[in-house]
Amino acid sequence: MSLVFEKTEGLTDVPFHYCPGCTHGIVHRLVAENLVDLGVLGSSTGVAPVGCAVFAYNYFNCDMQEAAHGRAPAVATGIKRVHPDNLIFTYQGDGDLAAIGTAETVHAAVRGENITIIFINNAIYGMTGGQMAPTTLIGQKATTAPYGRQKDVQGSPLRVSEMLSTIEGAAFIERVAVNNPGNVRKAKKAIKKAFECQIQKKGFSMVEILSTCPTNWGMTPVDSLGWLEENMMPYYPLGNFRTPEED
Amino acid sequence: MEKLLMKGNEAVGAAAIKAGCRHFFGYPITPQNEIPEYMAKELPPLGGTFVQAESEIAAINMVYGAAGAGARVMTSSSSPGIALKQEGISYIAASELPCVIVNMMRSSPGLGGIQPAQADYFMSTRGGGNGDYYMPVYAPASIQETVELVMEAFEVADFYCTPVMVLGDGMIGQMMESVEFPEPKKRSLPAKDWATVGTGGKRKPNIINSLRIEPDVLEPHIQKLLDKYEVIKENETLYEKVNCEDADVVAVAYGTISRVVRNAIKKCEEEGIKLGLIRPITLWPFPFAAFEEISPNTKAFLSVEMSAGQMVDDVKIAANGRIPVEFYGRYGGNVPQPDEIVAKVKDILGGGK
Repeated sequence: MSLVFEKTEGLTDVPFHYCPGCTHGIVHRLVAENLVDLGVLGSSTGVAPVGCAVFAYNYFNCDMQEAAHGRAPAVATGIKRVHPDNLIFTYQGDGDLAAIGTAETVHAAVRGENITIIFINNAIYGMTGGQMAPTTLIGQKATTAPYGRQKDVQGSPLRVSEMLSTIEGAAFIERVAVNNPGNVRKAKKAIKKAFECQIQKKGFSMVEILSTCPTNWGMTPVDSLGWLEENMMPYYPLGNFRTPEED
Repeated sequence: MEKLLMKGNEAVGAAAIKAGCRHFFGYPITPQNEIPEYMAKELPPLGGTFVQAESEIAAINMVYGAAGAGARVMTSSSSPGIALKQEGISYIAASELPCVIVNMMRSSPGLGGIQPAQADYFMSTRGGGNGDYYMPVYAPASIQETVELVMEAFEVADFYCTPVMVLGDGMIGQMMESVEFPEPKKRSLPAKDWATVGTGGKRKPNIINSLRIEPDVLEPHIQKLLDKYEVIKENETLYEKVNCEDADVVAVAYGTISRVVRNAIKKCEEEGIKLGLIRPITLWPFPFAAFEEISPNTKAFLSVEMSAGQMVDDVKIAANGRIPVEFYGRYGGNVPQPDEIVAKVKDILGGGK
């Protein structure tokens, strides 16, 4: 019998704690597979966030640091400045990256810090139980927006990729989704390009990944994938926003 | 040895570089700006890194990352900026990472003022951020001592895997004195085999982390920190005693104000009063032992501070009811003058004007 599928060595054997149907597991795989494919697993350090992916330091089979809420890009900066030839990535959710850590995110890009951010946008705070995120959509209900997000009360959701793409130091910015196999493959390619951008020392890179949170959205995993496509994609269009010029 | 005339803040930078620090992350705030400016100029030619962060919060988290990656690393700030760093310092203490944090205190609370003060004693010696932790706090009283303590701070940080604070006041940062740079005293340091340098495919991942979600895992971790603090108390407490034998009053003062007290000692002598001085060099651990040797005939301890009275709490703990404890302080950027201290001493002795 031939082996047609096996777990990537980029992940440890620790079982994920994620809820059934959550897409964090897919993205973890994509990141880990790319680290292996690029041959950099042994020279990589990841930075875990505060939020659902807080335990990511147990899952990636490379050196890891756990950051305070929102501070992952600053922590990654510190690591990268000590080991400029190592691949340094952060893995952050929308509350971590786009609320409490906005300054750290923006200024890592401004410095053209040669790190890669994997940004999970699921439009909600997962770990704390479904509170409103900076990326929660207008009309979307959250435990701290029980009447739905209203433009004149909570303001409009933040488009992070578009915001960062205005920054000169941001070398690679792409928004992808993991709602179907085709998009999962595209997401893997985008993460690979972001890592290559860093390996080639081109500057700051970020991949925003539209993801689902069936538990806090109150939907089945399948319905969540449909909701992502119908509601998130129109507001958060997929595509590349910045890519390094060829040498 | 060559003697140089240097400003305190620049001497901090020079001492750090001499101690092997090649990574500095900071944010501008008066009165410590010469530290980041010195590092910005001196580190790049040495192959080091200076980053002007977007905030004190970002700077201390860069320190966390660099320390976790195995580097000798430092940040500096002043009171309101140090308040912002407390989150990161708590994480660094909990994750057992070595680094040096310099605080050139200005007057507070709030934005306060930019003149020297010592109102961060509580914040520095009681952890400062969330949780059960402490860190060694060195309080130099001259530029020469600043140089020596900054170098020592890096050794202590690496030896115990702990953040270490060097606590000056704006006066220490801003004044110029002649200074020599001796070779740093080296300790036998443990290997940083925990650092995130990449597994090289040869070992299990190293994880720098302060999260322990299970109480039965977190409690032993905190106990491990507490055990470490006991060793630090035992081995690293520093103080100086001046003129304490049979003193009528023993002043307790650290940093700049301890030098004013020395002037007050001379003035008291002229009036037939014996004023002693206990000068804590480490504020944490506090030199409680120094107080035990003071004669019960001494009328009082007098805590003299450039604050509204913070260290006086530790002096009371040290006196433990054995000898009365008095306080004299000026604050808001004002500095107690020798005559004011002498008047307070006379007042304590019942010979007030």
